Amino acid sequence: MSVNVDAGRASQAPIPPPRSRPRRSSGLGFLSWLDLKAAPYLLVSPYFLLFLVFGIFPLGFTLWYSLFKYDLTGTEEWTGLGNYTALLSDGAFWNAVVNTIGMFLIATVPQILLALLLANALNKRIRGRLLVRMGVLLPLVTSVVAVAVVFTQLYGRDWGLINWILELFGADPIDWKAQRIPSWIAISTMIDWRWTGYNSIIFLAGMQTIPKDLYEAASIDGASRRRQFWQITVPMLRPTMIFVVLNSTIGGLTLFAEPTTFFGGNVHGGTNSQFQTVSMFIVEQGFREFDYGYASGAAWLLFLMILVGSLVNFLLIRRIGGNK
Amino acid sequence: MMHTSRRGRLLALAAVATLALGVTAACTTGDDEKPAGDGGSAAAAEPVTIKVQTFGGGKNFGYKEAIDKWNASHKDIIIKEEHLTDQFEQVYWPQMIQWLQSGTGAGDVVGIDEGGMGLAKAHPEWWADLGEYGLKDRQANFAAWKWDGGMTSDGKLFGLGTDIGGMSLCYRRDLFEKAGLPADRDEVSKLWPTWDDFVKVGKEFQAKVKDTKFVDGTNTLYNVVLVQEGAKNGNVTYFDKDNNLIVDKNPAVKAAYDFAAKISQDGLTAKLRNFTDEWKTGMKKSQFATLGCPAWMLGVVSGDDAAGPDFKGKWDVAAVPGGGGNWGGSWLAVPKQSKHPKEAAAVLDYLTGQEGEVSVFNYAGNMPSNTLAQQDAAVQSATNEYFNNAPVGDIFAKSASSLQPIFLGIKHAQVKNAIESVVSAIDDGSVPYAQGWKKLVDDAVKAAG
Repeated sequence: MSVNVDAGRASQAPIPPPRSRPRRSSGLGFLSWLDLKAAPYLLVSPYFLLFLVFGIFPLGFTLWYSLFKYDLTGTEEWTGLGNYTALLSDGAFWNAVVNTIGMFLIATVPQILLALLLANALNKRIRGRLLVRMGVLLPLVTSVVAVAVVFTQLYGRDWGLINWILELFGADPIDWKAQRIPSWIAISTMIDWRWTGYNSIIFLAGMQTIPKDLYEAASIDGASRRRQFWQITVPMLRPTMIFVVLNSTIGGLTLFAEPTTFFGGNVHGGTNSQFQTVSMFIVEQGFREFDYGYASGAAWLLFLMILVGSLVNFLLIRRIGGNK
Repeated sequence: MMHTSRRGRLLALAAVATLALGVTAACTTGDDEKPAGDGGSAAAAEPVTIKVQTFGGGKNFGYKEAIDKWNASHKDIIIKEEHLTDQFEQVYWPQMIQWLQSGTGAGDVVGIDEGGMGLAKAHPEWWADLGEYGLKDRQANFAAWKWDGGMTSDGKLFGLGTDIGGMSLCYRRDLFEKAGLPADRDEVSKLWPTWDDFVKVGKEFQAKVKDTKFVDGTNTLYNVVLVQEGAKNGNVTYFDKDNNLIVDKNPAVKAAYDFAAKISQDGLTAKLRNFTDEWKTGMKKSQFATLGCPAWMLGVVSGDDAAGPDFKGKWDVAAVPGGGGNWGGSWLAVPKQSKHPKEAAAVLDYLTGQEGEVSVFNYAGNMPSNTLAQQDAAVQSATNEYFNNAPVGDIFAKSASSLQPIFLGIKHAQVKNAIESVVSAIDDGSVPYAQGWKKLVDDAVKAAG
């Protein structure tokens, strides 16, 4: 969106003086026209072309096919909103919605709090600051699938490290893939392991823009470190917070790789779809059952879900420290 | 000012559009030229590489030795096997369908499990007509049902059979001895003429051996019982011969489900779903003592990623309770998109021929569907070293001619997938036993829908 606006401005900015200049030859006129009028469009066009081909077109195409019963066995018939009404009364779809939101909450809330505390710690004068700051970012450079494969083994029912530790403490082993909440927790830890550092670096960047005099004034007034954190740092971080939360919302609601790998590449998400997310549901409907129309409808509902989710989070976050 | 600016904008748009067209056109010509370049038949010196795509666990299609032999003696055609995945319904077939549908991506020869054949038949446009390459005269090599399985709905030959199911029960000799049960295969076979006897033996075993379960999970034996019962109910399982879903009406499905629920409730299962990584680890860690074994399962068990060399001689093969059955078996076909259909057909002819299928049997244990290979002395008298020299030729080849073909519908793979999730779910406890059957029927209806 922002790019769009910028592009509009850019096109108006070079409003040219050449009108006053007399045209010498048509060839030069074309060149100067190309330089002044067309060049900005040409320069920004690659993005828009790509966006058109890989963004707008699939979006429209998906919308169009969500209005059909369209599957591999050859049927292609108009159903209007039939796919949507069927989806809204489909228990499996709602199951996927609940799983997605559940995992989003379990993963994101602790993640953002942790990232905030981590960033606060990193913001202090500590030894080897650069190294530590780079260190928290390290999990991000590992591949999602590699992370998921390793965690899947850690969470193995029979031979996993975590169950082994639990057994050391006399607890019963947990069948992480069979039970709903444990499976959500397992997947959430994969997400958090990868993304907490990333978010904390963004928070850190935000924290460094907060003017030091605020803290100095606060300490002169006798505010404790803790009080400074909650009443200066957090409210001042609001714009960063909005970015991080929106990013996490979009990432969390389109969760796919971790839970899929957790179940051996199977998009059913557990024997009883305990951890099937909406993205996995879409792939299952579209590319396992080959019900393209139905999958397209589900994709559009996911899109709406992300819009609503982002909006709700945006409104919630905007209130942080807003009434002070 | 307004006017010129608008015209400028329009011109700019036109320029952008032209640029876009130019880019697309460039791409198109690039693509068009490529096939013309290497598709030319004149290039005699360059050997043609035929890509064979397969699936399955362990030694899967068992082509290693057959392909090595071919490549050693052929200069003009090189075979390259591409083993894609262990899982047919979940991974291989959906991917293959996309490749076939989009016209690019599939190999020159592709393996298809029986569960995919209903759909493959219904799409003649996906396949090269093998009749054009002289494979029609292979008809005498195959049982009528296996031959007909490779005919498209409009009567063209598109696939030839690789292997057939046959049925046995694999068991761990050492663990049986540990439980005080007989370990000799004939005596073990006598322990369980029926499935009730099998469960009884299982409970005995379980009472003596604590850290090993009697069977792997619910899925394997569910499928074994399903094909046995299916043969008693008109050779159908999920679909009748008019492609109507009959999951709720076919007593075979209910019987198989009930048996799966029973072994799970009796605590005989290690709660491992077949063909998953955990299942294969389970073999290495001796988590279960018996396994339903169609002929091709021998290759899966002995494969390095499953039980592997450490358990050589510890497994053995006994008769299956409840009589024979036919689970699994595949075909090879040549997708129409192959650029070398003639060479691909020659490779297919070799791999499904007597020599090819005998080689597979010796390497992996997959039972040939080619009758010449079945009658080959090397097959008839074969023993399997890995399985304690079990006379597998005797066990599988003798029953091969009497195997019943099970009819599988167009959407069999999807329905099977949905049902097996539920059959696993009652085992891992995520679906209560009491709700399992209803969920199974509901999910099957949905998957077929």
